[in-house]
Amino acid sequence: MTRLKPWLPVIGIAVFAVLLLVVAPAVLSMHWLNNLGKYCCWAIAAVGIGLAWGRGGMLVLGQGVFFGLGAYAMAMHLTLESTAPGSLPVFMILYDPLASLPAFWEPFRSDAFTLAAIVLLPVIVAGVLGYALFKRRIKGAYFAILSQALAVALAVLISSTIRETGGDTGLSDFKYFFGFVLNDDANKVMVFMIAASLLILCLLAVWQLNRSRFGELLVATRDAEERVRFLGYDPANIKLVAYVVAALMASIAGALFVPIVGIITPAEIGASASILMIAGVALGGRASLFGPALGAMAIGWGQSSLGSSWPDGWVYILGLVFILVTLFLPMGLSSLFGKAKGLLWRSRGTPPDALDEPAPVLEPVGDGVTK
Amino acid sequence: MDALISPLLNGTALGALLLLAALGLTLTFGQMGVINMAHGEFIMAGAFIAYLTQTVVASSNVSILLALPLAFIGAGLLGLLLEIGIIQWMYRRPLDTLLVTVGVALILQQVALQIFPAQGVPVEAPDWLSGQIDVFGYAWPLRQVFTIVLAALCLVSLAVWLKYSSFGRRIRATVQNRDLAETSGIRTRNIDRITFFVGSGLAGVAGVAASLIGGTNSQMGTQYIIPAFLVVVAGGVGQIKGTVLAAWALGIALSFFAEWTTGSMAQVLAFVLLVVFLQFRPQGLFTVRTRGLT
Amino acid sequence: MTGPGGALVVTDLRVEFDGFVAVGGVSFDAHPGEVRFLIGPNGAGKTTCIDAITGLSKGTGSVTLGDQQLLGRSTQKIVRLGVGRTFQTASVFEGLSVLQNLDIAAGLHRSSLSLLRARRGVDPAIESALEEIGLSEERETPAGILSHGQKQWLEIGMMLVQEPRALLLDEPVAGMSQDERTATGELLQRIAQRRIVLVVEHDMDFMRRYASRVTVLHQGKVLSEGAVAQVQADPRVQEVYLGTAATTTAGSVPPDAMTETTTDAARHGEGV
Repeated sequence: MTRLKPWLPVIGIAVFAVLLLVVAPAVLSMHWLNNLGKYCCWAIAAVGIGLAWGRGGMLVLGQGVFFGLGAYAMAMHLTLESTAPGSLPVFMILYDPLASLPAFWEPFRSDAFTLAAIVLLPVIVAGVLGYALFKRRIKGAYFAILSQALAVALAVLISSTIRETGGDTGLSDFKYFFGFVLNDDANKVMVFMIAASLLILCLLAVWQLNRSRFGELLVATRDAEERVRFLGYDPANIKLVAYVVAALMASIAGALFVPIVGIITPAEIGASASILMIAGVALGGRASLFGPALGAMAIGWGQSSLGSSWPDGWVYILGLVFILVTLFLPMGLSSLFGKAKGLLWRSRGTPPDALDEPAPVLEPVGDGVTK
Repeated sequence: MDALISPLLNGTALGALLLLAALGLTLTFGQMGVINMAHGEFIMAGAFIAYLTQTVVASSNVSILLALPLAFIGAGLLGLLLEIGIIQWMYRRPLDTLLVTVGVALILQQVALQIFPAQGVPVEAPDWLSGQIDVFGYAWPLRQVFTIVLAALCLVSLAVWLKYSSFGRRIRATVQNRDLAETSGIRTRNIDRITFFVGSGLAGVAGVAASLIGGTNSQMGTQYIIPAFLVVVAGGVGQIKGTVLAAWALGIALSFFAEWTTGSMAQVLAFVLLVVFLQFRPQGLFTVRTRGLT
Repeated sequence: MTGPGGALVVTDLRVEFDGFVAVGGVSFDAHPGEVRFLIGPNGAGKTTCIDAITGLSKGTGSVTLGDQQLLGRSTQKIVRLGVGRTFQTASVFEGLSVLQNLDIAAGLHRSSLSLLRARRGVDPAIESALEEIGLSEERETPAGILSHGQKQWLEIGMMLVQEPRALLLDEPVAGMSQDERTATGELLQRIAQRRIVLVVEHDMDFMRRYASRVTVLHQGKVLSEGAVAQVQADPRVQEVYLGTAATTTAGSVPPDAMTETTTDAARHGEGV
């Protein structure tokens, strides 16, 4: 049992992979498979949030920004792919048939550029913002507010640039996905498989990061940032890595969201969308491996089923999720599992993995300064 | 000349509105460390109270003046309810207060959406605010002047109350050393509640001003909450003079950027400006220097 | 590294907080091979000195380790130059095990890429540090449930695995039992054979037993310096610091001074 224990998460990921990649396509209808693909996208973003917030202590309230960067990069590419050569995307013709394609659209004709942008844009934006904030030791609520402000700013910017980005109506009507016809069941299954596989990959990546020395250092930074300085590390760099990885995952999620859902609007990337991503992670358990992904899928399911059949009630449920989870279950549903496991291990005399729960707050190391 | 005057005056009025929205936060966030994301919805509550007052007292000349104290009390009671129901259990977990109040904000928005029409309600400006005054050839709407006067009044009364009343002294004592304050006979629980009441009440007053300038609907709180927090962050937490300067600077910056580019681009530019500013003053404009680590 | 160039030299160090001079021109040096003590009554600026040396507080003047200037560098850089420190309140990562705590500390000189790998086996340096601090049996214990003394030892161990040239310890034996004090003192003497050890301490008994050289600070300035006997004989020291022990019976001494002097006086049955 003890020899098996470190590998339990991998077995869990493997089971999850089989469920998503083999069982789901076999048993689910096309409609539900597509929905599951959408939840997978939110789960990918959530896995990143779990790393940054759960392990790193950075409450990333504005992951919609990175989700949006990936989504709009992909959406511009798919729009151009669906537009006849030499003509404008349909929504642009509506405003001004004689206008020329905005310059920043042009490179998104290229497959390679689009893929590179999906990876590099979030890395650059998160890198610059994270460096600027973490180096100046801006953290906690300040960081959370600023990260959400960025999400709001981007959503407002896109809303107001109707001619260039489609504004509030967003981008939609994609016909091709890198040469594949999107309105084709086989291709839809393929896109789902890509999303599900990337979710599995992200889980594996975060699992490895969590068990690595970096992961231990990240938890140490979360629990006692100033102390980490005295180990010779700059906590800003450690946090920056986690933040950039989370941003990258959100961008990948956004990029896959576009072909699966078929539309992207500023509403999917603004403050409330970002908060929705946080809700899933909080519900599932931010510091655990599977909690964020499963929580995001649950919230995603609620959003798309209850959200449309009983919209009023759904908002109340969402609000209550925030209140009840924070009050009574700060480490999410997975901590129930952890507590049960803890009881089990204690009876066998082995301490449970302590990394999942933040340590009791250490005394500030500067205490001596006040003497 | 006009290209300079109008953004300057509009910006000042916007700054005053931001200040009204942020003043309450200097109490709840600055003094108590609570990150109340439902503060925007308290502003919304104030705006709806202005509307309700108008439906009862038909004369908009009187109703708006009546609405101010009512909004203060109404939003204040909402805040008190929040403090007693939820916040008091989590004073040592600031980030968790953020999450909890996000949930409260969602619920309050939905309640408003179900009571009032989705497209919002009109709040009529009284006759004495419907005109303009001429400033160097620019017709400055009186309701903007009203916002500035209101913000100044709230600011002065809050500052005087904090500084000179025995109650203000007790608040400051509690903030600086809760245990010592308690042993000195201060009932810190009461202090918490009253601070939260006043902080939330100020949001209600901000809501009345907001109802005269922008739309009154269930989503209006979300427009104000982030800028209000940014003002507090830029001003230095718990520093009223910093909040005033930061609100004014943000209002001016937004107006000028909007004049030169577009309203939405202005928000992006203001955000960039704030991040750059924090590179030089990570603790905001004014800070209380201590010998301890922060 | 143990040559004369390897000394920690503090020259005319000044630290101010908004006009309040906490340390006003302090100079001293510490060499490998001696257990160097920094003592003084509360507010003398002892901890502030250490804070300035480790980059936690801004100071002016000069602090050199070998030929490296430390002042003006960031904390993490100073650590990488070979200065480790402990704190009055033991600050270990409570959620991590003893081994993980030491491993994180030992990672200082690893490449960034190797950080992405999981830990396999135990570093020999960590193994020997575990021996040295006597926590071999506790390696899997979460640091949070160690006793106070064990936490302090773990902190010392976390410094040792970093192979520092200088160790600065802020009240390492506060709150320890007599046996633990003895163990700590002997540990420090062993460490000091090859490294610079600078101890800030209130405990006079501990100082008398283990100090090679002592610097007495008072109100941010150096009052006296020398061997233990020399310092104890200095009338100025007796007046401002050790002398307070004689007046404790009058009850006029502030509570802080009581804890640091009366207990020692009681233990020794004499004033100085």
